[in-house]
Amino acid sequence: MRKMNAIEVSHLTKRFGDKVAVDDVSFTVGTGEVFGLLGPNGAGKTTTLRMITTLLKIDQGSVTIFGHDTAKEGRLARSMFGLTGQYASVDEDISARENLMIFSRLNGLSRAESKQRTTELLTEFSLVDSADKALKDFSGGMRRRLDLAVSLITRPALIFLDEPTTGLDPRTRTQMWDTIRKLVDQGSTIVLTTQYLDEADALADRIAVIDHGQLVKIGTPAELKQQVGGTTLTFTVDQPKQVATAVKLVTTQLKAVVQRAGQQLSVTLDQVAQLTPVLTALQQAKVAISHLTVQEPSLDDVFMDLTVGKN
Amino acid sequence: MDVQTHRGNLIMNTATMAYRNLLKTLHNPDRFMDVIIQPVMFMLLFGYLFGGAIAGGVSAYLPTIVPGILIQTMLSAASGSGSQIREDLDSGVFDRFKSLPMAHIAPLAGQLFADVLRLLVAAVASLATGYLMGWHPAAGLGWVIVSAVLAIFTGWALSWMFALLGLLAKSATTVQSFSMILMMGLSFMSNAFIPIKTLPKFMQVIANLNPVTYVITAIRQILATGSLTHEALLVFVFGIGIVVVFAPLTVWAYNRN
Repeated sequence: MRKMNAIEVSHLTKRFGDKVAVDDVSFTVGTGEVFGLLGPNGAGKTTTLRMITTLLKIDQGSVTIFGHDTAKEGRLARSMFGLTGQYASVDEDISARENLMIFSRLNGLSRAESKQRTTELLTEFSLVDSADKALKDFSGGMRRRLDLAVSLITRPALIFLDEPTTGLDPRTRTQMWDTIRKLVDQGSTIVLTTQYLDEADALADRIAVIDHGQLVKIGTPAELKQQVGGTTLTFTVDQPKQVATAVKLVTTQLKAVVQRAGQQLSVTLDQVAQLTPVLTALQQAKVAISHLTVQEPSLDDVFMDLTVGKN
Repeated sequence: MDVQTHRGNLIMNTATMAYRNLLKTLHNPDRFMDVIIQPVMFMLLFGYLFGGAIAGGVSAYLPTIVPGILIQTMLSAASGSGSQIREDLDSGVFDRFKSLPMAHIAPLAGQLFADVLRLLVAAVASLATGYLMGWHPAAGLGWVIVSAVLAIFTGWALSWMFALLGLLAKSATTVQSFSMILMMGLSFMSNAFIPIKTLPKFMQVIANLNPVTYVITAIRQILATGSLTHEALLVFVFGIGIVVVFAPLTVWAYNRN
């Protein structure tokens, strides 16, 4: 039996005046998947997300969430996801606890349930110590955590995160990643937008690259990387007189062209599995090597390749 | 997860939103300063400056000016709802409200119910200053309370109009300046501070058309006669009419945003 898609987006289009912000974008997100929308600033990621989450009117196309058309069953669709916006959408003038209480109540929890859920979330997001402080004194990371906590009050099966780590310091960013991974482990479906390639690489099962409102490419991080080329093996031969032997050995093993720069050799591997025979051959020929690196292409290469020269 | 029904939770959602706005105000009590300072200042200024010239003495002027400033204060307190809503909309938190499965009128209604507290503070400030200046309404405290309730209700009804303005305007500053002009125009071109018959003919026409004049007249009548007059009931019905017309309009403007 076919698993129900969490989201089906088809031919989504949005115009602002003459400018086409989102141009005929279609994709599906499976249940339990982490889906990344990747693109530079102004590419249309947030506009796409706002249309999917019913915050923005759709000009053309349609969106279904767990099988419910957002245009026809907006209220029902809204009850099925949690949303964390690009800018923390919590109340500045009231405390973290009050924010969680109010949003729990608005989500239909009873007073007792709200109190319990608030305590749970404050603990889970390490906000207990500052629960009753004014939000004005919160750091960017704390605000984001609270924001995410608010989105998770109803334990939604689908969570939208709009640039969850933009503007956060590296440590807070790693904490946020851990939090997101925890949600994935609990079985949530997650759609996140990001302009950071390492973030998409680290978190997403599949990535859609968006540029100028158009969907440029869609695939797993590995598929996207494969497009740009394979893994590169680089090493240094310790003895200058052994370099020629090493080149010959590697060429025979891999049937590929070896780049040579002094004592340093580099070669492209189709698969990482080809590494072992090469190393074994070198060892048997008593060629000593050092500074060995195996470099996969980064998503940065993919990104530059797909969006180059356009921005 | 069960999906809630629309109507059953409307009242509860509105109550929660009102609680939210109340919390916001209580965490920032300085939001009350404008509605306290303004009536006190106007009452003292107008009472002592013009009392002698208009009514032959401060105490003789008080029955005219206390209801006048009470309603002027209600108008300006009500206009605060508009800029408050605009600020809220600009803050991003409304995105989340919109993404919640609740009735779209709840955030608006919550705001306006919480603003009743602002109106109450403003009314108390106006009337208390009057008492301190020697105002002794013949009808007694009970009817003063009745007139205050009518004034607060009128202010609340008007706050729906200002809320609509807040939703349609581009920025909180626009709302504020426009509300200021509206408040000044409506309160000064009425019978709030002077007997209408002292005005030039064309001004009399304007003042008699001004709805504020009717509200003030109704309040004065309650305080003078100690009874709910025909005019007072008319003002009440008119207030309900404003809410019936403007509540759906504000929701429409909210959805359009």
